[in-house]
Amino acid sequence: MRWCDHPGFWLGSEVLQNYGCRMAAGLGITLQLVVISVSLGCIIGLGLALVRLYGPRWAGVMVGSYTTLFRGTPLLCQLFLVYYGLGQLRPFWQDVGLWWFFREPFYCALVTFTINTAAYQAEVLRGAIQSIARGQFEGALALGLHRWAALRHVILPQAMIVALRPLGNELIVMIKSSSVASLVTLFDLMGATRLAFSRSFDLSIYLYAAILYLAMVEIIRRLWDLMEKRLTRHVVMR
Amino acid sequence: MFSNLHLIGFGDGGWGWALLQGAGVTISIALATLPFGLALGLAIALMARSGNPVARWFATVYTTVFRGIPELLTLYIIYFGVQILVQRGLEGIGIKGFSIHPFVAGMVALGIVLAAFSSEVWVGALNSIHKGQREAGAALGLSKAQIFRLVVLPQLMRVALPGLGNNWMVLLKETSLVSVITLQDIMFIAQRGSSNTKEPLLFFATAAIIYLAFSLVSWWFFERLERRSSRGHAAFGGQTR
Repeated sequence: MRWCDHPGFWLGSEVLQNYGCRMAAGLGITLQLVVISVSLGCIIGLGLALVRLYGPRWAGVMVGSYTTLFRGTPLLCQLFLVYYGLGQLRPFWQDVGLWWFFREPFYCALVTFTINTAAYQAEVLRGAIQSIARGQFEGALALGLHRWAALRHVILPQAMIVALRPLGNELIVMIKSSSVASLVTLFDLMGATRLAFSRSFDLSIYLYAAILYLAMVEIIRRLWDLMEKRLTRHVVMR
Repeated sequence: MFSNLHLIGFGDGGWGWALLQGAGVTISIALATLPFGLALGLAIALMARSGNPVARWFATVYTTVFRGIPELLTLYIIYFGVQILVQRGLEGIGIKGFSIHPFVAGMVALGIVLAAFSSEVWVGALNSIHKGQREAGAALGLSKAQIFRLVVLPQLMRVALPGLGNNWMVLLKETSLVSVITLQDIMFIAQRGSSNTKEPLLFFATAAIIYLAFSLVSWWFFERLERRSSRGHAAFGGQTR
């Protein structure tokens, strides 16, 4: 008996006995999708925010259109556009040797989630950087710091504290939104649950999935509270 | 892709009318969900602030659960769960073949989620209203319900508006999920069109453009609404627009 068979036995749930391992594998895929896309999205989002704030005007306008486009359309629509839409260009992908990438629903979901969350995180980070008083930047320059040094050592550490909570919210939103990956034949936690339900017609499997999602979200929420407490311990609470 | 633009046109073999109908369904479900979700959210917010520990406990559990599980999961639980439960109940008294309409299921599921998110906004707005306002209302001899309706609610809207605007934007995009329970919204029509014509790129790009148009109009609308609702507060905090 594998470890993932145990919960079903303990709870005496037949459907969980039969599909426990599929659910566990699905949970792994969900975590992979979310962790990779949100981390990549954070890096890209930071770059986009900096371009929007400090870059040339035309680049700022382009970043603005990018964020508007991806924040103004549903993730499901973007995912279908990438998976089915770009899949339509199969001969082209085969010519450039990228078909192996766009053939896989996992990679398609990863790309879609990354560009989607990058747009949201760019807005969060832009707002956070803008919220830092201008005098901080000027003070750093007056002390002889280079622009980049001022940004890295003075502005960003302060901005990240402001951005911490909204970024945590974005992570939670991505965990929940990642369930749409199940609609492009990917067996993430939601996909495994749908499979289990369609074969067993046992509703309780949805409740077990709900508990798993809730647990992930609660863990992140607690973790973020701890992080915030630690990072803001020098700030006077008003 | 561009050689097949007639497929989304309104002529022979074009999907234009179908897409337009889908857009209508999307807007209708979003608009139908809004009052239900916002009212339920306000009720949850009032519970969260009430003196009754059971009500507070219920509000906490409600918001934690429905903010924590994916909307897709809520949708499935409502659609299949209610269906199966009601079917079992009805079979007991000899009625068969009950099925819940996907529009109703979608509206209820999205409304429940919207209530969870909007209750946070309502709580924040309720907290921002000074205690003296209620006390003044009481001193004027207004009843509790009158104080809420005549004194608190009008001031609430201005503070809550930006948050509720965000809730609306999220709701608008979440409606795309109802296509999985066979409600014929934009996404559903786009899926059917793309599988019929083998032009997914064209159809999903069109769907994206329609959603984007809705979002842009909403952004514009809420900006105006916020400006209007805060016109008495233009100088507040030194911010001028």
